[in-house]
Amino acid sequence: MVRMRVRQAIAAALADAMREDGSVMLFGEDVAAAEGPFKTSEGLLAEFGPLRVRDTPISEMGFVGAAVGAATVGMRPVVEIMFMEFLGVALDQLVTEAAKFRYLSNGRVSVPLVVRASTGSGLGFGTQHSQTLENWLTATPGLKVAAPSDAQTAYGLLRAAIRDPDPVVILEPRVLYAERGECVTGDEGVVPLGAARVVREGDAVTVVALGQTVRAALSAAERLGTGVEVIDLSTLVPWDRDTVLASVAKTGRLVVVEEAPASGGWGSEVVSAVTTAAFRALQAPPFRVTAPDVPVPYNKGLEGRFSPSADEIEYQLKTYLDTGEVPDPWWLREGVTA
Amino acid sequence: MTLVRSDDPVRRREALRDPVARYERMYEIRRFEDRVNDLFARGAIHGTTHLCAGQEALDVSLALELRPTDTVSATYRGHGIALALGMTVHSVLAEIMGKADGCTGGVGGSMHLSDPDVGLLPTFAIVGAGLPVAAGVALAYQTRGEDSVAVCVFGDGAANIGAFHEALNLAAVWKLPVVFICDNNVYAEYSRIDVTTPLSDLYRRAGSYDIPGVPVDGMDVGATRAVLAEAVARARAGDGPTLVEAKTYRFAGHSRADQATYRPRVSWSCGASATR
Repeated sequence: MVRMRVRQAIAAALADAMREDGSVMLFGEDVAAAEGPFKTSEGLLAEFGPLRVRDTPISEMGFVGAAVGAATVGMRPVVEIMFMEFLGVALDQLVTEAAKFRYLSNGRVSVPLVVRASTGSGLGFGTQHSQTLENWLTATPGLKVAAPSDAQTAYGLLRAAIRDPDPVVILEPRVLYAERGECVTGDEGVVPLGAARVVREGDAVTVVALGQTVRAALSAAERLGTGVEVIDLSTLVPWDRDTVLASVAKTGRLVVVEEAPASGGWGSEVVSAVTTAAFRALQAPPFRVTAPDVPVPYNKGLEGRFSPSADEIEYQLKTYLDTGEVPDPWWLREGVTA
Repeated sequence: MTLVRSDDPVRRREALRDPVARYERMYEIRRFEDRVNDLFARGAIHGTTHLCAGQEALDVSLALELRPTDTVSATYRGHGIALALGMTVHSVLAEIMGKADGCTGGVGGSMHLSDPDVGLLPTFAIVGAGLPVAAGVALAYQTRGEDSVAVCVFGDGAANIGAFHEALNLAAVWKLPVVFICDNNVYAEYSRIDVTTPLSDLYRRAGSYDIPGVPVDGMDVGATRAVLAEAVARARAGDGPTLVEAKTYRFAGHSRADQATYRPRVSWSCGASATR
């Protein structure tokens, strides 16, 4: 086990994967000579050379498509999308091509492609570089979607994604790149896709979080003391129903914490599935703590409140546990209107 | 007489070395499209289809100049390419009819034909989407040091979507072993090229990417083969991509729903193009 930053864990995962398998390659904007705008590919060009580690033009439709093509004939390309928003111009290649080839070839063509995209708010990059946007992808059969929450999951989910025979998108919370954590590398460090992790045990309420909200949910849980079980969902598609349902069977309460705006968020899917499958186990209405339905603001104070903060999660959980009622989000409590 | 009765796609492909077999395959494609049209008219097939009559010479030339181990990305107007590359009438027609013994088990339909044994990726129903994918196939060949090539066939309509430009740029800057073949059949869906595009000689766009751009009469097997042979050899030798513009004419409307009443009738025959 080594202590490293999340960005170093990502570079280590890429290096280990490229050493293990000659078909793994990396390309994206500034990933080679500059070693990545967020330094997630440090040392890779030097070790693996310019054929396997390539800088691309600013041309996501082109290079995501090229990754799809390379994957169809046996390569395992990893492409880096500097900011998740940039995937917008390449969605056809991911959603309509990569995710469909296995189906449209009767299983004879697979696309072992990994798309890594940095996501989320918190670093002052402004409205067009701070969204999470996972719901662009979650309704696409044929795609897997995962999001790390620390160095270990950054390493392990990426290793699992590269080994997967089908396209996987890894949503990397940008705000975590510089965070340090313990990380096991090698085969023992692989974190399987589709398996949620109970990161804190409790029997009063189940809190499901993902990516950077795991940290905030854990802080809130620590402050509340006992009873809060926190699950890092880790993989959004396919998400781990068994772990969440087992937890709710124990706690009888469910709160989902999401970084993105409320409407159409992945938490609706979790709440819906749990309500249907475990209705009689529920002792209070399940609910979601989310961002408001607005673009991500630039102002530091506003941005700090956009994604659910530890303070807000703590307030929501405390009220819910004390009263059995679902509290309003902060913007309704404060009378903020659009 | 060398009428090819084999059901083996690779043998059907190899048979095209014989000029009579080439003519037969072009005739097969033309008759196939006529038959598909009839089946649709009778309501025996649902959904839609995009017929390729007029483009047989290009399809057969392409199949001749490639190895089965090369990779082809093509479009929803792909019955002819599928048959030319060697896929059987049964496999393609069953797919179009949604049958389990179609090449994709009947879940793909007319627009999604594929057979890895002859190098055909699932055909692309999104205009332009196949260009970056072909560049990526070529990227794999280049990275592994293989001498296979990728070929992308697309219509003139695709020359106006970003994927065209991004793929040509990427292929040029990385010197990828790919041949881009624009099948300029004059119409992008229902719109004639001069309404949508400021130039009708699309091969000239290669100049923006500093790669060769070559026009050819895509209804002339000999001329098309010669141009493709040079482009494929260039790619195989590691000298980078070529944009070939095959000038053809789409005899049918855009799709099943389109009777193409917006344009004049022209007179062309399959035999005329095969013998040139």
